[in-house]
Amino acid sequence: MTYIAKPKISHPSLPKNQLGLTTRDYEGVVSTLCAGCGHDSVTAALIQAVFELDIEPHMLAKMSGIGCSSKTPAYFVSQAHGFNSVHGRMPSVTTGAYAANRDMTYVGVSGDGDSLSIGVGQFVHAIRRNLNMCYLIENNGVYGLTKGQFSASADIGSKPKKGLPNQQEPIDPASAALALGATYIARSFSGDKEQLVPLIKGAIMHSGFSLVDVISPCVTFNDHEGSTKSYAHTREFYKHVANIDYIHPSEEIKASYAEGDAMPIHLHGGDTIVLRKVDRAYDPTSRAEAFKLLRERYNAGEITTGLLYVNDERAEMHELMHNIDTPLAQLPYEGLHPGSDELRKLQSRYR
Amino acid sequence: MASINDVVIKIGTVNGTGSASANGLLRKAIFRMGVPVVGKNYFPSNIQGLPTWYEIRVTGDGYSCRSDRVDMMVAMNAQTYARDLAEVEPGGCLIYDSTWPRSRLLNRDDITIIGIPLSKMCNEHFDGARARILMKNIAYVGAIAALLDVDLEIIKSLLEETFSTKQHLIASNMEAIHLGYDHASQNFPCPLPARVEKMDATKGHIVIDGNTAAGLGCMYAGATVGAWYPITPSTSLMDAFRTFCSRYRVDPETGKRTYCIIQAEDELAAIGMVLGASWNGARSFTPTSGPGISLMSEFIGFAYYAEIPAVIFDVQRTGPSTGMPTRTQQCDLISCAYASHGDTKHVLLFPADPAECFYMSPQAFDLAERLQTPVMVLTDLDIGMNDWMIPELEWDESYVPDRGKVYDAEDLEKMEKFYRYLDVDGDGITYRTLPGVHPKGAYFTRGSGHTKLGAYTEDSAEYQEVVDRLLVKWETTRTMVPDAEIRYSKFNKAAILTLGSCDGACKEALDRLEQQKVGLNYCRVKAFPFTAAVREFIDQHEVVYVVEQNRDAQLRTLLINDIEADQKKLVPLLHYDGMPINAGSVVAGVLEEIAKGRAA
Repeated sequence: MTYIAKPKISHPSLPKNQLGLTTRDYEGVVSTLCAGCGHDSVTAALIQAVFELDIEPHMLAKMSGIGCSSKTPAYFVSQAHGFNSVHGRMPSVTTGAYAANRDMTYVGVSGDGDSLSIGVGQFVHAIRRNLNMCYLIENNGVYGLTKGQFSASADIGSKPKKGLPNQQEPIDPASAALALGATYIARSFSGDKEQLVPLIKGAIMHSGFSLVDVISPCVTFNDHEGSTKSYAHTREFYKHVANIDYIHPSEEIKASYAEGDAMPIHLHGGDTIVLRKVDRAYDPTSRAEAFKLLRERYNAGEITTGLLYVNDERAEMHELMHNIDTPLAQLPYEGLHPGSDELRKLQSRYR
Repeated sequence: MASINDVVIKIGTVNGTGSASANGLLRKAIFRMGVPVVGKNYFPSNIQGLPTWYEIRVTGDGYSCRSDRVDMMVAMNAQTYARDLAEVEPGGCLIYDSTWPRSRLLNRDDITIIGIPLSKMCNEHFDGARARILMKNIAYVGAIAALLDVDLEIIKSLLEETFSTKQHLIASNMEAIHLGYDHASQNFPCPLPARVEKMDATKGHIVIDGNTAAGLGCMYAGATVGAWYPITPSTSLMDAFRTFCSRYRVDPETGKRTYCIIQAEDELAAIGMVLGASWNGARSFTPTSGPGISLMSEFIGFAYYAEIPAVIFDVQRTGPSTGMPTRTQQCDLISCAYASHGDTKHVLLFPADPAECFYMSPQAFDLAERLQTPVMVLTDLDIGMNDWMIPELEWDESYVPDRGKVYDAEDLEKMEKFYRYLDVDGDGITYRTLPGVHPKGAYFTRGSGHTKLGAYTEDSAEYQEVVDRLLVKWETTRTMVPDAEIRYSKFNKAAILTLGSCDGACKEALDRLEQQKVGLNYCRVKAFPFTAAVREFIDQHEVVYVVEQNRDAQLRTLLINDIEADQKKLVPLLHYDGMPINAGSVVAGVLEEIAKGRAA
């Protein structure tokens, strides 16, 4: 909603990126979410990430489904194209959009209802195709717009504002993505911008499906005592395992990264991320270890955050299909059909 | 029953026994003799073991619909022998495999029974269970060739074409042909009085199914993204697109493709992909059938309101629900016309045969992009999967795709600000931009209430302004869709109005009625919304027989709803048993109404 026009004032001292743009150029309309909503912090982190990555605003496609989370593409990068689709169907629209134009950057913003209930099928299959996109789940365990029903990510025992605690097994998007073969899986907390921004940058630059599951508390319906998705609960139990620094291709990799707890990972596009392990023994390039970690820490009541798994070897969707490098939508028509003579010839088999 | 080039052969077999290629061989051989043919496949929703029939109508007059009789039954399936026997027209004949004594078989003395020991002969001449079964099929083709006087040289050359890379199969297949041919000629008076004779009526024609023609049409239309979920009877459309693309759309050096076919997880995803691709400027389509339309409905409404092009082929099958997946109907007219919740209506095209499937494919993309809305091409199983004789397809080299009103980078550069839903030209069609082209082109695509500027709204006047403008677009659409085919036999007050695959049956019925001194005018609608000519046509007549293949007279409902046609004039003539409509049922329907006192 755009009831309030946002004043467009740039402070001259604001830092500029390589395109000469400031963060103000990456902003959207004023958010209509509740004051204190975790999603607004995620929006701010996204703005910071695309600003720092020097992404041309119009080369960014903001994709979403339905729900509080899915409203947020209106709140960042007004000069990017946005597609607010139907409930749970953002992955298919993004798949088609990416099929038509592989040159653009695709950021999908979804929620736990949109991705883990109504849209769980599309979430699963976007991962299987290794769709080259950054897929953010703003995860708050609750349906906000319909006033407080549990979502599929609600933990067992988590208490609603009214009624009985949840008794059903939660779906953890990170574990699910790991099982399905996602090639970049991160988790963070809307209240930890320092960790979140580099994780989003890595996700955007990763070639293939990147999931960033962000615990993003709902201040109105799920921030009370007894909720396992509240600010207080998340702050108390979340733990970093492996954070990253995103290294722009123009930057040098600092010597300190070569130490035992830091590991540079070179991405397809020439970028590098440097992994800073908090847990020295953890290897996020091992799917089996990621499984073990997620399960063990979950059982211990912890919320594991950071870059949980990365695999930069697997081919993304277009590579898997051997598609031409030029965006399909930009191919000149002349080359797309073999002409009238060939039509005559190919019909010989129907005579 | 002496007749030349007017005979219907029906072959009853068990599905999964490889009879399709044998039946195709026979159909092609007759066609190569210059004689028009119609090939209809009546198959079960099953992979192996259930009854299946292939019907070849040899029609020197060049009619295109299913016949309403069987002159020669080839009863290869013991399960269906009794009903196959009963179906033969008096004076006709029945061929069966006389390898085993069939003392308990029903018999008829008004037809000729021809027993040929097909299994015995094939067991003696061929090794291997599979080869024996396949050759048995070829052997009955040989027998039919003798009985109907089909040219053996043509059969041989067809086999040579088919097995050009497997030479040894030519000899063995010809051996099987001769087994049947020789046995029939030695034991029965060949040819029969009803037989085939060379003529020159197939020159410049091909025999093809509608799904193949539509797949070819999509390639020629320049489609680059196809998303789909397999569903009978539409599957072979994407198969055909894939086949043509793998031949013409792969760079021979790099092996890279200029097309992207995505097998979606379901129809909801398939249409979502089409919308994403179209939004980004690719020509994109999805083939499906009725159940798929039900699943796609939410997105179809989204595309209507957010104004995104999409091409959807609905190869209709028998409903409701799962219905009879391998039987035909025109039962999705209303569900397609008004797919999705809220006030929505959609552009429909109704091809009558594979030729129109081909030509309407680029037309569908042009309309979808010009109108920025979903366009649904409604074929059916009869058109999509059966073999139709059509004039050879031609391509107009001057064709340029109509990409509609799209501002490019240059346009945007000159512009102060772009607004997505402004009716600049007054025709209800607004200008769009493609993502990634220019920073000024950015806008927010949404299915929620929006203003003409593209902003979110919950304001009554702003909301209504946009949905009212969509009605202006609807009236523009009416002037752009293909016009109806209209024929006047003479000045009279009664007419037939129909659509799609009813065309052949109706035209044959008009001929037959003419012979009975009942002259009717004819209108075949090719699109929804209906053009001004359709309204005018209805206005000119006192009685309009609306012929369609569904129970609820859906076309009639659309006429009443869309152009306020006088419902008292519109007499429904309905055929909806799942088999393709034939001329006989149309003739009977009209005569019955006339007998009741309706004007002719």
